[in-house]
Amino acid sequence: MSAQSALLKEIAGPAGQDLNAQALRADARRESLRLLALLAPSLFLVCAIIIVPIGWLFWLSLFDETGAFSAANYARFFEQASYIGTFITTFKVAFIVTGACVLLGYPLAYMLSQLPRRAASICLIFVILPFWTSVLVRTYAWLVILQRKGLINSWLIDLGVISQPLSLANNFSGVVIGMTHILLPFLVLPLYASMKTIDTDCLRAGMNLGAGPAATFRQIFFPLSLPGLASGVVIVFVLCLGFFVTPALMGGGKVVMWAMRMEQTTSLYSNWGAGAALGVVLLVVTLALLGLFQWLLGARATGVWSSR
Amino acid sequence: MSIAPSALPISMRRIEKRFGSVPVLRDLNLDVEAGEFLTLLGPSGSGKTTLLMILAGFVRANGGSIKVGGDEIITTPPHKRNIGMVFQNYALFPHMNVFHNIAFPLKQRGVAAAETAQRVEKALELVKLQGLGERRVDQLSGGQRQRVALARAIVFEPRIVLMDEPLSALDKGLREHMQIELRALHRRLGMTTVYVTHDQREAITMSDRIAVMNAGRIEQLDKPETLYAAPKTQFVAGFIGESNFIPVECRNGSVWYQDRRIQTGAPTPPAGRHLMVVRPEKLRLVTANEPSTGINVLDATVSDIIYQGDSFVCYASLSDGRQLTLRDYCRSDVLARMPAPGQPITLGLDAKDTILVAAEG
Repeated sequence: MSAQSALLKEIAGPAGQDLNAQALRADARRESLRLLALLAPSLFLVCAIIIVPIGWLFWLSLFDETGAFSAANYARFFEQASYIGTFITTFKVAFIVTGACVLLGYPLAYMLSQLPRRAASICLIFVILPFWTSVLVRTYAWLVILQRKGLINSWLIDLGVISQPLSLANNFSGVVIGMTHILLPFLVLPLYASMKTIDTDCLRAGMNLGAGPAATFRQIFFPLSLPGLASGVVIVFVLCLGFFVTPALMGGGKVVMWAMRMEQTTSLYSNWGAGAALGVVLLVVTLALLGLFQWLLGARATGVWSSR
Repeated sequence: MSIAPSALPISMRRIEKRFGSVPVLRDLNLDVEAGEFLTLLGPSGSGKTTLLMILAGFVRANGGSIKVGGDEIITTPPHKRNIGMVFQNYALFPHMNVFHNIAFPLKQRGVAAAETAQRVEKALELVKLQGLGERRVDQLSGGQRQRVALARAIVFEPRIVLMDEPLSALDKGLREHMQIELRALHRRLGMTTVYVTHDQREAITMSDRIAVMNAGRIEQLDKPETLYAAPKTQFVAGFIGESNFIPVECRNGSVWYQDRRIQTGAPTPPAGRHLMVVRPEKLRLVTANEPSTGINVLDATVSDIIYQGDSFVCYASLSDGRQLTLRDYCRSDVLARMPAPGQPITLGLDAKDTILVAAEG
């Protein structure tokens, strides 16, 4: 037993153990603790402003007006036709507005993506500009434009196109016009971002391989823009479901959306339990839709489709 | 799959292209023979990629004519040109698997499903990717993507194949391997190929002929051997291979470097200033008692010697301070008389290897 082999044994530590294993494990533990400490404030915030209120909302929805524990707030949705009507209206508005945003936003995003860099940034400013104005102001502006004696009606009458003013505001079409305008950038921006990432050489390759401009668009550009379109559609649709200001002002009381129902229930009738139940239902339905969307996209991604 | 019978010649006449007021191609004329592998070689900004884009139809020229087998195609849209192209970044369709990428041109041409499957299979075999048809593009390595792009460009049996620096994204070993494979594939299929690169070694390795481009013009169009052995301009001599230039003067029908007469293999050029092109591997060390008939000898001093394993590089300076580079293999006889830095040496250059080009600028 030489001095050298004794030294080697000391370095190797107890048989079968990695060198410095304990110290390395302790170091790894310390590192994760430090990371956790950095995360603590934001974790606390998420907990305080999301999880606790939602839990509370859910809790509240389980009590009726007398404070007794019951499922009456949920049973009411199935008993009263007006709730079902509101539910249907909400989804109808969401579908139509999302559809209108896609029809208007896709060509707009496509044009933006094809413009030279400078022109594109100038046009983008015009897309983003409305973001800097309050939704309330913009909604009132639409009322001014669309009302019976508003800009559009007086022009059309002056031009002799129509004799009676069209009812554009204070009804369903007013809600759709106003909401489409406000939500359009939420579709255009993610769509534009994804269109910009499409490699122009891919389009060139398509043409080189014998696909004309229309075929190249259909078979290459459009499928590659789908991930951006999907995220835009999800954002717009979800925002539609909970929209309040615009339908309240532009609907003239004729279009009752889910969020307006919530406001009535809580501030007019002070029925917090029923209002909370409305909120829970909206939340669950929205999450279910998002889940469905994710599942549909996921199913495609595992096929030949890839967002990367 | 044989493309040879349908390989067509390309004839480009008076191609002009300006971006704004900046000329990119100037009065360019180029003939590519049927079945030839022709490389456009030049530094960035020389117009080689623009010329390729005009050939493919992605860029509209300001003027000129392109005839493929006698048919004018200068105004034909890209999707009707029937020209295959391999892009620098491959431009594979990320939303399609390998099979659908390669089947794409066949689908556009309305080829039946059974025949498509058969032809894609053959193309995959040709580029040695059998059985990878179901792979997604993002599951492939760089070399495999390169092969898919190649298969996609030839599966529809185009009359012409264009390649825009297709190997530049690969690492050195793979690049050299693919050069040989592309060359073999071209020999086998015989399609007219126009290849763009800025890598002179790649161009020499692969091409039947090379068009060296500079500032929107073709400086010289020749076989690789000719380009290397007999460059016509200083640019070509400098761009292809390594060169040192020594200013010489022609007077009274002979060539002079300072007071030493230079012998050349070619007829003496007209009177005036010229440059002698000296390639490192053509120079050799001359011993004092060696006869000097048929060689030009230059006296120099060794400034540094770099040992590179298989070879060595000797940097020597002439009496006027000009640097010359000599390269030789490390054979034992050469190593035995390896000079040391600071030592005077005599460099020999065969008259047959002595090239003169006109001095530019």
